Amino acid sequence: MTQRLADSHAAIERLLDAAKALPKPAAFMEICGTHTVAAFRCGLHSLMPANVKLVSGPGCPVCVTSQGDIDMLIELAQRPGVTLCTYGDMLRVTGAKGSLEEARSGGADVRVIYCSLDAVKLAAAEPKRNVVFAAVGFETTTPATAVAVLEAERLGLTNFTALVSHKRILPAMRALLDSKQVNVDGFMCPGHVSAITGYATFATIVRRYKLPCVVAGFEDVQIAAALAKLVELARDRKASLENLYPQVVSRWGNRRAQNLMRRVFRPVDARWRGLGMIPDSGLAFRSRFSRFDAQSRYKITPIDSPEPPGCRCGDVITARCTPAECKLFAIACTPVRPIGPCMVSSEGTCQAWFKYKRQGKSIAASEDAVATPSQEARL
Amino acid sequence: MCLAVPAQVKSCDGNNAVVDLHGNRVRVSTVLVPEVKEGDWVLVHAGFAIQQLSAEDLKETWAVLDDLEKKGGGL
Ligand code: SF4
Repeated sequence: MTQRLADSHAAIERLLDAAKALPKPAAFMEICGTHTVAAFRCGLHSLMPANVKLVSGPGCPVCVTSQGDIDMLIELAQRPGVTLCTYGDMLRVTGAKGSLEEARSGGADVRVIYCSLDAVKLAAAEPKRNVVFAAVGFETTTPATAVAVLEAERLGLTNFTALVSHKRILPAMRALLDSKQVNVDGFMCPGHVSAITGYATFATIVRRYKLPCVVAGFEDVQIAAALAKLVELARDRKASLENLYPQVVSRWGNRRAQNLMRRVFRPVDARWRGLGMIPDSGLAFRSRFSRFDAQSRYKITPIDSPEPPGCRCGDVITARCTPAECKLFAIACTPVRPIGPCMVSSEGTCQAWFKYKRQGKSIAASEDAVATPSQEARL
Repeated sequence: MCLAVPAQVKSCDGNNAVVDLHGNRVRVSTVLVPEVKEGDWVLVHAGFAIQQLSAEDLKETWAVLDDLEKKGGGL
């Protein structure tokens, strides 16, 4: 047995052991799309005792983006002269007028980029195009946008703007707990968001809500160890903050990245799918950078767009329902023909359930091709 | 979208570095970790090195992230 496998087994043993002594069933929430996928992929759910649950929260940036923001993005892409640069994840999300992918087949200039600086390079190389960068993501991704804007400023570009729907994770956790609609006994905190913010960010959850928070990595053994720790803390009725990803996460995070974010953006209230308006949960340009704001440049305001009919993504990302409780799941809504963002995104909870946990729902053969083999206990 | 993967810095040049990512040479920005130098390991997200890694816990520890990225687990 490799050391790693032995460590994984030890973590699972600890988890099972602590679970036996739990005073009542416990549910923990992860708030990172990469955790959602990694936990399913390593078969953690199938190894968990009946009285422990790991649910997904609002941790997939594509999924939490409000329908109004998505519609705004697609409308912008269709304006003449606009080149819309986006991360691949957003391409297939559907709004009132179709998706960016459909807009592109209809002639819109939509380009998938890997790095925010590619959008800046494009704007420099094609001065006649109005390049708009679709800036989505949590704190892990926001610094990349800040750097791109500063680079555009340095180059004196007038044809580069960003449509900002960046989100901050902490205000969403607070809103979720304040809503009292979800009962969780602790959080598995996102490793790569914490790399930027520092784990100290989550101290307020521990203090204010008396809930344990454990920062976790993404390897099988790291996730299992984090969950074991959460169960032990719940067993001991101890609310504390633990960093189980010290290889990457420090107490105060990446200060330089934080400073760059702060230089370019300021916190504003933002609308989230499923959670509504949350104070200080989004970011807007500081006035010095307002000329890079696509919203004001193109005089476009988010409309209060309705969710796709029947889609329960808003409930799914707040753990108010499971994907299987959505009537469309695996029937009308599949990764091939997704209806809501939670099925579009490779990190969405619906797509993860579809791939790893279909719960006996029948799936058309052609769609099986995109699903990876069912859950296997790889730990 | 918060997926980030470890890579080793092969060479540095101002605000940029060439890193080895699954055997491919990829250019990344080092604006967020200006202190990194050749030979260091960094965590790469969306074309940026976002954190320097300590050298002890490498390779095996990072198998899942590597694999998730290859399968297109988002950014
Ligand atoms: S299964 Fe599809 S329609 Fe239902 S909540 Fe998930 S994404 Fe929305």
